Amino acid sequence: MSGVQVETRRETARTGTAVSVLDRWGHQLQRLPLHLVIIIFIAIWIVPTIGLIVNSFRNVQDMSNAGWWSALFPPHGFSLDSYNQVLQTENVATSIFNSVLITVPATVIQLAIATMGAYAFAWMKFPGKDIFFIVIVGLMVVPIQMTLIPVLQLFHTFGLAGTFIAVWLAHSGYGLPFEVFLLRNYLGGLPREIFESAEMDGAGHAVRFLRIAVPMTIPAIASLTIFVFLGVWNDLLVSLTFLGSSPNRPFTVVITQLVTSLGGGWQFLTAAAVLQMSLPLAVFIFLQRYFVRGITSGSVKG
Amino acid sequence: MDQIITAAVAVVGVPLVLLGYIILGERVIERLPDHLQTWIRPYFWALPAIGFATIFMVYPLIRTVFLSFRNNADTDWVGFNNYVYFFTFPDTLTSLRNSLLWLVFYTLFAVGLGLIIAILLDRVRYESLAKIAIFLPVPISAVAASIIWKFMFDYQPPGSVQTGTLNAALGAFGGQPVAWLVNSTTNNPALIFVGVWSITGFCMVIISASLKSISTEVLEAARMDGANELRIVQLIVTPLLWPTITVVGTTMIINALKTFDIVFVLTSGAYDTDVIATQMFRQLATHHLSRAAAVGVVLFLAIVPLLVVNIRRFQQQEETR
Repeated sequence: MSGVQVETRRETARTGTAVSVLDRWGHQLQRLPLHLVIIIFIAIWIVPTIGLIVNSFRNVQDMSNAGWWSALFPPHGFSLDSYNQVLQTENVATSIFNSVLITVPATVIQLAIATMGAYAFAWMKFPGKDIFFIVIVGLMVVPIQMTLIPVLQLFHTFGLAGTFIAVWLAHSGYGLPFEVFLLRNYLGGLPREIFESAEMDGAGHAVRFLRIAVPMTIPAIASLTIFVFLGVWNDLLVSLTFLGSSPNRPFTVVITQLVTSLGGGWQFLTAAAVLQMSLPLAVFIFLQRYFVRGITSGSVKG
Repeated sequence: MDQIITAAVAVVGVPLVLLGYIILGERVIERLPDHLQTWIRPYFWALPAIGFATIFMVYPLIRTVFLSFRNNADTDWVGFNNYVYFFTFPDTLTSLRNSLLWLVFYTLFAVGLGLIIAILLDRVRYESLAKIAIFLPVPISAVAASIIWKFMFDYQPPGSVQTGTLNAALGAFGGQPVAWLVNSTTNNPALIFVGVWSITGFCMVIISASLKSISTEVLEAARMDGANELRIVQLIVTPLLWPTITVVGTTMIINALKTFDIVFVLTSGAYDTDVIATQMFRQLATHHLSRAAAVGVVLFLAIVPLLVVNIRRFQQQEETR
């Protein structure tokens, strides 16, 4: 951006084309270090991922004989061995399925409840509202470690330990403060006149919420859905605590347990890692716009 | 099969139940006298959210504090014993030190690199493409990122073929291979770097958005006056970005204190790499519940100042709404 502007200014200042061409070359040369630094940064940020993806398409023998870069030159020796092996490993295929069964309901439950709560905080007056909301803002940063033991005990008391319902509820509880906060800000920003005129026409709160508030909040809910979904899909701690040894444990937990249990033979986990990250990467690539907008508008906590 | 049905029921059922709750509840409330309506309605609407927050956050928070002063079987008070254990046992002290390292260096590098990269990319034409590259690790889970870096850090004894990218690169320049994750001088920096690598794109995107909002006229005027790029960054860009930097910085500090996944997957806290969160999980997994509770409380206390900062910022925002 700025570079272009500087150039145009110089060009208008000097009219001789020959000088201007030379000048531009000199200018570009001056900027060489800038490009170099950027390229180094880009390399550090993408090469590790590329290395893993390349490795996942090699067999374990090749992996321990030479680094991933050797597969870039013939003979490539690409194979699907790791994928076959990892999918046949006990629990892996089931755990991918479990991840889906955990993520989808957990996302739906928390967003449904959060939208409803946010509506109350945005458009209703009640005693203690400010205090409740400040508590919610505070809860956004409370580490979930602080809650694990009592929640675990609760699940044991109600016979929910190790079930999907337990993680759906836990994820929902942990995600709600942030979602209520964000959706309340969004809902609160909607024009007051719309709600007032609906009220004059005799529409009750149920109608105003379902027919006006929810449809108008769809953009915020949509980008929040992406992040909540990925957050749950990528989660390790919650599932490890509540489903650590249950047959219902998700993909992230199984990968983690394989890393430690396999010791030296963990190479074929490259395929597992690629499978695990393919969904988030696909979401990022196809929904890039929502992704970046979501982050810059504050719909993520990082 | 049963599980699919349960999940499907939850996905369809929960919104339907909430819908029923709203519609039926409103029917009942609308029949009440006016003053009772205005009193009950908000609580009726906020109840599910407040209920969830209470059951899963407020109540456990109080209970954890309570447990941290009890013995392991929860039958008697033990005063500060669990805390004394935490602050005197060498292993837990190491985790405290490491969390401090994370706090300082993770935050510094994530925000610093995010800022530097945002400023650099602002000056080139392939900015959007480069941003995608830097942002790529953000959607990747910490578990997958850890596997990615396990290969980068892979170590074979000197003399054998180095298949880890870093050690192969070192070897190409004639260096000796380093056991990155075992060696106690390199393992914590290595883990922190994996964290930084995963989050820099996040910081960059936010800082970059705020960078774009700085008016180009101000920058042009400064350039006209002969200020060089470094001075512009130092005197104009950084001060204008400061509010954004502090917001991103607080988020990163909270992230640093909560760090769990990367350490747990890459080293499980071995070789003196434990952090508070992994320490807490180990106490929990070995059924030292009251000790785990004390560790949780320590983690919480470390975050309380940030909690206050967040609430203050929220209140300021509310005043300007």
